[in-house]
Amino acid sequence: MRAETQSPESRAVEEGLEPDLSVSIGKLTLQNPVTVASGTFGYGVEYAQLLDLNQLGAVVVKGIRLNPVPGNPTPRTAEVTSGMLNAIGLQGPGVDGFIQKYWPFLSTLKVPVIINIWGTTVEEYAEVVRRFDALGGVGALELNVSCPNIKEGGAQFGTDCNLLGQVVAACRRATTLPLITKMSPNVVNIAPYAKAAEDAGSDALAVTNSYPAMAIDIETRRPKLANITGGLTGPCIKPIAIKLVWEAARAVKIPIIGMGGIQNAEDAIEFFMAGASAVAVGTANFYEPQTPLQVIAGIREFMKRKGLRNLSQIVGSVQLTR
Amino acid sequence: MLEQIVQIVSNERSTDSYYRLVVRAPQIAPRIQPGQFAHVRILPMKDALLRRPFSIFQVEGDTFSILYKTVGKGTVALARMQSGEELSVIAPLGHGFTVPQPGAETPLLVAGGYGMAAMYLLARRSPQKGIVFVGGRRRVDILCEREFQDLGWEVRVTTEDGSHGEKGLVTQPLLAELKSAQRGRKLFACGPTPMLQAVGKIAGEHDVPAELSMDEHMCCGVGVCLTCVIRVRSGDTWEYRRTCTEGPVFDARDVVWEEAR
Ligand SMILES: Cc1cc2nc3c(=O)[nH]c(=O)nc-3n(C[C@H](O)[C@H](O)[C@H](O)COP(=O)(O)OP(=O)(O)OC[C@H]3O[C@@H](n4cnc5c(N)ncnc54)[C@H](O)[C@@H]3O)c2cc1C
Ligand SMILES: Cc1cc2nc3c(=O)[nH]c(=O)nc-3n(C[C@H](O)[C@H](O)[C@H](O)COP(=O)(O)O)c2cc1C
Ligand code: FES
Repeated sequence: MRAETQSPESRAVEEGLEPDLSVSIGKLTLQNPVTVASGTFGYGVEYAQLLDLNQLGAVVVKGIRLNPVPGNPTPRTAEVTSGMLNAIGLQGPGVDGFIQKYWPFLSTLKVPVIINIWGTTVEEYAEVVRRFDALGGVGALELNVSCPNIKEGGAQFGTDCNLLGQVVAACRRATTLPLITKMSPNVVNIAPYAKAAEDAGSDALAVTNSYPAMAIDIETRRPKLANITGGLTGPCIKPIAIKLVWEAARAVKIPIIGMGGIQNAEDAIEFFMAGASAVAVGTANFYEPQTPLQVIAGIREFMKRKGLRNLSQIVGSVQLTR
Repeated sequence: MLEQIVQIVSNERSTDSYYRLVVRAPQIAPRIQPGQFAHVRILPMKDALLRRPFSIFQVEGDTFSILYKTVGKGTVALARMQSGEELSVIAPLGHGFTVPQPGAETPLLVAGGYGMAAMYLLARRSPQKGIVFVGGRRRVDILCEREFQDLGWEVRVTTEDGSHGEKGLVTQPLLAELKSAQRGRKLFACGPTPMLQAVGKIAGEHDVPAELSMDEHMCCGVGVCLTCVIRVRSGDTWEYRRTCTEGPVFDARDVVWEEAR
């Protein structure tokens, strides 16, 4: 696609038309393609004092399983060059606690709420899905099959094509809500996993979760995390995530939500060009909570500057021929 | 809680490796309660991304200040910044100290090192004057002695090397004071974790209420990431609570200490 030279776009620029930032994820329409990454935005309410959540494409909450989870011992995070490690251990209030404590606020939002869920068995995933299906008003469910910090229930599902297919299929049978499968980066080739999720009925993929990693305090000779290893996130993983998105996008037809180190609109646009239809801002929220809003503004500005009217003109537009 | 770009009014070395930073923050300053903190993004640090938490030391008009020690990348980069430069600040954050009411218990403040920073505002806003117990390794680690005396508080200094005040740990004069068997006192403490644990234990043994400001590593500072949790009593068991949101100040009786790492 040579978007810049096409006439409708030049016309759009002349007419000063606002670009259309909306995207569809299954039957869900987002007003813009910028969401937040699960686990980096709490349950939304915490950031409501600092930014208008209704400006986002969607709010994505921290991973929830059926029962409350205490989480890992501390230290749970460590700063590394251009990124961080985390091993939170999916601390959370469980389905009932979440509904009681956080849903009253979340259900007042005008933008879709995507609930990130996990379990330790296929049946638990399906049960959590049924519970949120019954709740009503949920925008979509994101299946976390890729947490590196939990022995069962995390990456084991995301790194076994067969199990991955079973989990997604069981969740698919349990709901008509849009399902997003959150992929593990810890695979040699993401294509068969992406395909397995698509074939089992996933409406979209989230690419990617954090990378298994480790850091050591040389003064004490101890790992910087109590869990010893954790997930690497932040700007340092962006080029790896871009490659995964690009590979996944070539393997499936369903939309991809790209994430990994996004700090600004340029980063997001790179993900679009690699094949993502939407993006999520993660670690950047921690140091700059305005990042998602800055990314939205920057994408709009880029589209205007390039005379683009729709995001589809950017998605997958990387030029492979020289 | 507000997020703002603030301008540095001054950033000067106080003693040794301790600095005082004053920033102009007209919207934030009037909202600050004793024991709350500011989460600071030190913009010149390019590849160290996370904000750093600092107790709010003093509030004057439309400015507030922090008192910090250079210990690593962030604080060293901060110490190089000059008046007129900008920082991004999220503040005020956290649940601070309970300011004593007129006629309430006599406040006994216990501070180690930069923990002193969290204490000044409490002393200033407290209608009751009390005693400040301040400890450090060496003379240079004893901060703000004059400031507290100027507020009319008694200051009892201990240093581990005996270079200033009594030689030993800050808990020694505290214990002596509690043993003098006067009733109606309350402890407020901020400092290194082993000191807080010792103060918590002393408070329990003497049956005096105590509020401890916990020093935990933080990431988001606003309650979303669950980095900063400590074990807090809940019925017969415990649960993790966030130092940045439910704390940093906790009732000593509620803190469940993990075995020394
Ligand atoms: C509620 C609270 C109030 C604080 N108030 C003050 C204060 O008034 N004055 C002061 O000098 N210091 C204070 N600290 C400690 C201060 O946050 C750290 O010294 C600072 O983050 C170190 O950053 P660095 O980049 O220089 O060190 P580095 O060691 O390079 O930092 C690496 C990482 O570890 C974290 N870290 C390192 N030491 C600590 C620590 N002691 N506590 C928490 N995180 C740490 C950093 O934030 C960073 O994420 C406070 C901490 C907390 C939690
Ligand atoms: C502290 C922290 C907690 C996270 N918790 C979850 C989680 O509960 N569920 C999940 O699917 N991903 C979780 N993630 C992964 C993020 O959603 C995201 O995939 C990853 O951080 C990559 O994006 P980033 O580099 O922009 O942060 C977490 C990441 C961090 C840093
Ligand atoms: S620092 Fe993120 S929850 Fe406290």
